[in-house]
Amino acid sequence: MEILVYLVPLALLLGGAGLAAFLWSLRSGQYDDLEGAAWRAIADDDPPPQEVPAKR
Amino acid sequence: MQVTRDFSHYVRAAGAGVQHIDLAVEGVHCAGCMAKIERGLSAIPDVTLARVNLTDRRVALEWKEGTLDPARFIDRLEELGYKAYPYETQSAEATEVAESRFLLRCLGVAAFATMNVMMLSIPVWSGNVSDMLPEQRDFFHWLSALIALPAAAYAGQPFFRSAWRALSNKTTNMDLPISIGVCLALGMSVVETINHSEHAYFDAAIMLLTFLLVGRFLDQNMRRRTRAVAGNLAALKAETAAKFVGPDEISQVPVAAIHPGDVVLLRPGERCAVDGVVIEGRSEIDQSLITGETLYVTAEQDTPVYAGSMNISGTLRVRVSAASEATLLAEISRLLDNALQARSRYMRLADRASRLYAPVVHATALITILGWVIAGATWHDAIVTGVAVLIITCPCALGLAIPTVQTVASGAMFKAGVLLNSGDAIERLAEADHVIFDKTGTLTLPDLEVTNAADIPADVFDLAGRLALSSHHPVAAAVAQAAAAKSPILGAAEEAGQGVRAVVDGVELRLGRPSFCGAEALVADATRFDPEASILAFSRGEEKFILSVRQGLRPDAQAVIAALKARNIGIEILSGDREPAVIAAAHALGVAEWRAGVTPADKIARIEELKQRGAKVLMVGDGMNDAPSLAAAHVSMSPISAAHLSQATADLVFLGRPLAPVVAAIDSARKALHLMRQNLWLAIGYNVLAVPVAISGVVTPLIAAAAMSGSSIVVMLNSLRARSASREIV
Repeated sequence: MEILVYLVPLALLLGGAGLAAFLWSLRSGQYDDLEGAAWRAIADDDPPPQEVPAKR
Repeated sequence: MQVTRDFSHYVRAAGAGVQHIDLAVEGVHCAGCMAKIERGLSAIPDVTLARVNLTDRRVALEWKEGTLDPARFIDRLEELGYKAYPYETQSAEATEVAESRFLLRCLGVAAFATMNVMMLSIPVWSGNVSDMLPEQRDFFHWLSALIALPAAAYAGQPFFRSAWRALSNKTTNMDLPISIGVCLALGMSVVETINHSEHAYFDAAIMLLTFLLVGRFLDQNMRRRTRAVAGNLAALKAETAAKFVGPDEISQVPVAAIHPGDVVLLRPGERCAVDGVVIEGRSEIDQSLITGETLYVTAEQDTPVYAGSMNISGTLRVRVSAASEATLLAEISRLLDNALQARSRYMRLADRASRLYAPVVHATALITILGWVIAGATWHDAIVTGVAVLIITCPCALGLAIPTVQTVASGAMFKAGVLLNSGDAIERLAEADHVIFDKTGTLTLPDLEVTNAADIPADVFDLAGRLALSSHHPVAAAVAQAAAAKSPILGAAEEAGQGVRAVVDGVELRLGRPSFCGAEALVADATRFDPEASILAFSRGEEKFILSVRQGLRPDAQAVIAALKARNIGIEILSGDREPAVIAAAHALGVAEWRAGVTPADKIARIEELKQRGAKVLMVGDGMNDAPSLAAAHVSMSPISAAHLSQATADLVFLGRPLAPVVAAIDSARKALHLMRQNLWLAIGYNVLAVPVAISGVVTPLIAAAAMSGSSIVVMLNSLRARSASREIV
């Protein structure tokens, strides 16, 4: 049963990491636009076309 | 006169040298639109952020301070094919957003704690029936306490706060038994752990919080979404006014930036956005949105005008007054306040359930404790059993029974074009058995249409439509729209208050007052058929035609009335308009009961009379004069074109031209109420089964956890049935 000494803290740590990640994602506004996020995943991520500077 | 657009009211600073504006955008609904808008706006130099929010249909923009005019973004979006308006976050919406984030955070904490505590509980449950050492069990219990106690203290806040508020107001609500149950379960578990006992309820307590937070979050999210849509619609209406910033210079500013004492210009065809008094000019105004009266009123110096009036013929200068100065408004506000006070007495289904529920449950727990003591058990065992009763009866399913149905039903209504303003409107709408319709703008469409277009040769009508494009007059605009005219006739000249004329191929065309076109002789005939129509004449050389323009009935009004009758719902029309107009509408729709020329106070009196007889009245109206009766009725609906005040007062708002959403909303609401009741019975039925087990003292934490999640899942699945609202309305 000595294995508990490693496993329990490890489990708590993983759980805590999950919670921390969730709170971080919440704070950074990732849940503000659930519909948009769903679509962004499949959008092409080409950089926006650069406007060609007018030649003088 | 020079006109500029001023959006500075909406721009706010967003940190070092960066400015921020939020725009509500019409017609964004896919990934393509999102990418197109973001790329199109980012291409403007100095823009640092352009991000679309597809849920709220808004764009957030940031740019380097002082480099760009916000009007440029709106023009750019116009080029891309989207109509955009600056959006100002209402304080109510900001609190909702903050609230929903807080709930989500609580939910996150509770859910993670549940998972971890469960991970520790399952070994204990299986260990209790096999070979677990008592020391190991205690260790696992202490670990559970370490996770569950702080998590419950944080995630339970929404319930504890609300229970405390109810207690300080000397009432009870559903959160009180929840808070008591959670606190007792946790407290008892700690005591049991100290005493090296077999059972602890940390998992049950934290799981209960998680399930309840899911219900709370769904409820909150539904309200937030409808509020966002309603806020956008308000912004898209573009409430602006032409304010004089110099003697000859006007600026188009948002209404929020206009103060009493300012002078605004009201041009023909414009809807007035402020309340005020005319100081210069003379015109006819259409006050149908205010009073329901479809006849035009003459406005001259010192005539009060109200927000929502349409200016018809001349240009007016209006001095803005504070809302309370105008007499009609003051009267309406007074009636409205009284009516709103009366309405707040309605008690929600959930509150009624909890008022019965809490005493019964707490009494049962107390009787259990006393019963066991009398039967010879120790106080310790008796109290443990009593707390087990409280835990097993904790209103987990009850807390989900109503919010889940509300969320699903509001989603179904949203698809049918109905927005919910208040959460308990569904329950009240389901009870409605008598519908009172306002006529103007509710049964009829707010915009004008040509009723006798079929009697006029198509080429003539086409020509009239093209000529009408050159006029600002709203009646002319209706003709142009009816004829689907695109290209104006070159060289057309407008004579103020008379009409427009032009010469095409040597023939003179005139559109305007019958006298302007020399067609007085034809007028008497037309007015006999349709007393409330505006008569417009068109002449081509010597040929003369009469166009009859009026507010038409909503396309499906007749079918909707029939559908309501089929559902055994009483119908009547209460209108502020003149009798002939109301008779015509009532006759066309087959409504036997109607009253014309009623004042706001009369409308309330009629609703009170119906209430006395025990009827539950649904009021459907749009005018400012309807606002008090909307508040007085059991439940109320407004079209989206309604006056501000009415829309804010109504429980539900429906979109678009058809009237069908009224029936669709009643149907969904009835179905939803049925499901809510069913859910409550399911929850109670579960309690009836579980409580005897708890009283007998054989409940283990495993049974509590299984029963709780089982009942919650059954209730949630049952709620999903509200989704399949029948599409067949009429």
